[in-house]
Amino acid sequence: MSADATYGDRISTLPEPASNLPARELRARLMSIVLFVATVLALIALGVLIWTVVARGWSWIRPEFFTNAPSRRPERSGVGPAILGTFYVILLTAAFAFPIGVLGAIYLEEYAPRNWWTRILRINISNLAGVPSVVYGLLGLGIFVEFFGFGKSILSGALALALLILPIVIIASQEALRAVPPSIREAAYGLGATKWQVTRSHVLPAAMPGILTGTILALSTGIGETAPLLVTGASAFLTSTPSSVFDRYTVLPVQIYGWSSRPQPEFRELAAATIMVMLAVLLVLNTAAILLRRRVSRQLRW
Amino acid sequence: MQSNVNPTAGLGAQVLAGSGGNQPLDLSGVRTRRLSEQLIAGVLFLCGAVSIVTTVGIVVVLVSQAIAFFLDVPVLDFLFGTRWFTAGNNPGYGVLPLVAGTFIISGIAMLVALPLGLASAVYLSEYAPERVREFLKPAIELLAGVPTIVYGYFALTFITPELLAPILPALRPFNGLAAGVAVGILIIPLVASLSEDAMRAVPRSLREGGYALGATKLEVASKVVVPAAFSGITAAVILAISVAIGETMIVSLASGAKPTSSGNPLEGMQTMTGAIVSAFSGEPSRGSTSYVSLFAIGLLLFVLTLGLNVISQLIAGRFREVYE
Repeated sequence: MSADATYGDRISTLPEPASNLPARELRARLMSIVLFVATVLALIALGVLIWTVVARGWSWIRPEFFTNAPSRRPERSGVGPAILGTFYVILLTAAFAFPIGVLGAIYLEEYAPRNWWTRILRINISNLAGVPSVVYGLLGLGIFVEFFGFGKSILSGALALALLILPIVIIASQEALRAVPPSIREAAYGLGATKWQVTRSHVLPAAMPGILTGTILALSTGIGETAPLLVTGASAFLTSTPSSVFDRYTVLPVQIYGWSSRPQPEFRELAAATIMVMLAVLLVLNTAAILLRRRVSRQLRW
Repeated sequence: MQSNVNPTAGLGAQVLAGSGGNQPLDLSGVRTRRLSEQLIAGVLFLCGAVSIVTTVGIVVVLVSQAIAFFLDVPVLDFLFGTRWFTAGNNPGYGVLPLVAGTFIISGIAMLVALPLGLASAVYLSEYAPERVREFLKPAIELLAGVPTIVYGYFALTFITPELLAPILPALRPFNGLAAGVAVGILIIPLVASLSEDAMRAVPRSLREGGYALGATKLEVASKVVVPAAFSGITAAVILAISVAIGETMIVSLASGAKPTSSGNPLEGMQTMTGAIVSAFSGEPSRGSTSYVSLFAIGLLLFVLTLGLNVISQLIAGRFREVYE
């Protein structure tokens, strides 16, 4: 906008400010209420969701529910194998995703030269983060179940899940590493440390709380994933508990899927109870992550 | 901060210790250390390259199985056929009903998420006092943390029977509308937080210019901030559409497993993602046409979401240079 001769013309053509100001002010005030309600509407939906789930599932929560296996009779059914399966799968997923993700982030942040190759790597990682989870299931099916021959096992599912959450772990770890001030590294180099000594003994411990927070959040995403595990062979109706990583298995979200697909209302209620268990696990994990993040920001004084 | 550097390991320490000047530097350990450093750098590089391997793996698996499929079923029949029925004697492998289901449900989801998400973004960015914002923003993020299977359950057992059926008597138990609404609720936080970021990036001077000319808060928000943040908001919307398209479990539970023939959201429909999952529940025989057809859908899905994500990133990159 040119700030010279025409400016005066523009001012003289502005509308009278006081003419409809009260109406416009009223509209603005009303709108703020509308916007507030719209914002809160989503939270109300969440509240209704939790309330429906708890109302339906509450009566099924009892000790046998946690130890029983699914059965044709709702009153004898439980989530024992599903809880165990979730535990095994997440443990295995973490065992793959954590080291590879953290080491990959270290490479990207500390070691990789700033050239086109690294740019492609970064773009690739953020694209992978946007691929639908069911495609990771197809990937796991083609590579782990069929090509490597692991079959419909915990191993296949955990590997597919690890690939799914790897971008999250890498991105979170990168941010944690980036937050470590350069002075820490430079001081260590100044004392004659090698690159790996600097990274392992100084940068990594400083970034570790942030890395752990990110990993915990990535794992909690993995706990709720259903599609990739269904495609790689998790069973929706499993009565036995797996004894090795090559066995068939089920996990909490797949169990929910199986029971929700049945028409009988009792199974729908069992699904609600299972949802309660899964949400409780997620709540514990996410609270741990948030507390960890709070501890980090309090402890770190550069 | 505890230092774990062994002071005798570094050459620097020798320099410090040998201040007398008459001791030569002991370079004997350097060769092994350099070797181990290179080894470590190699391992780190491999870990970084896993992501490339993953992408290559996805492409290889999808393309190879899709090629096996297209040897049986011509590409045009797949892309433009109107009958998807993989079981039985007279199977059909036209993907159009699935694509239609995907876009109908995603469209409904955007109808829900766009107004509510944008409204939240405007409220949080322009209106809300700081303390309210600190509470509301993480609360909305909670919505994104709920596993999608739970939304599917909610759509199936609450949205359809309790919420929609009373007002829409023609509603079927499995329908696209409930699934669309649930997907919409799921992606509200995505639209809200990305749009809010775009709005917060608008310089204060633009707003203050508007206020100085006598505009109300609403006018500044709608006529100054939102248009200025337009490309960021568009990028957010495109990303949200991509997430909605990739959604699997909500549609599997709530909209049923029958591909649509009418496009009516009050009836059941199946999406591309839902078709993949429901087929695998039935354990199709490996190598059969119906088995590889799912990889063809997967390829279509992958290309679609990748394209949308890339477009979103390009548009978002554009908006950074708009202001000064």
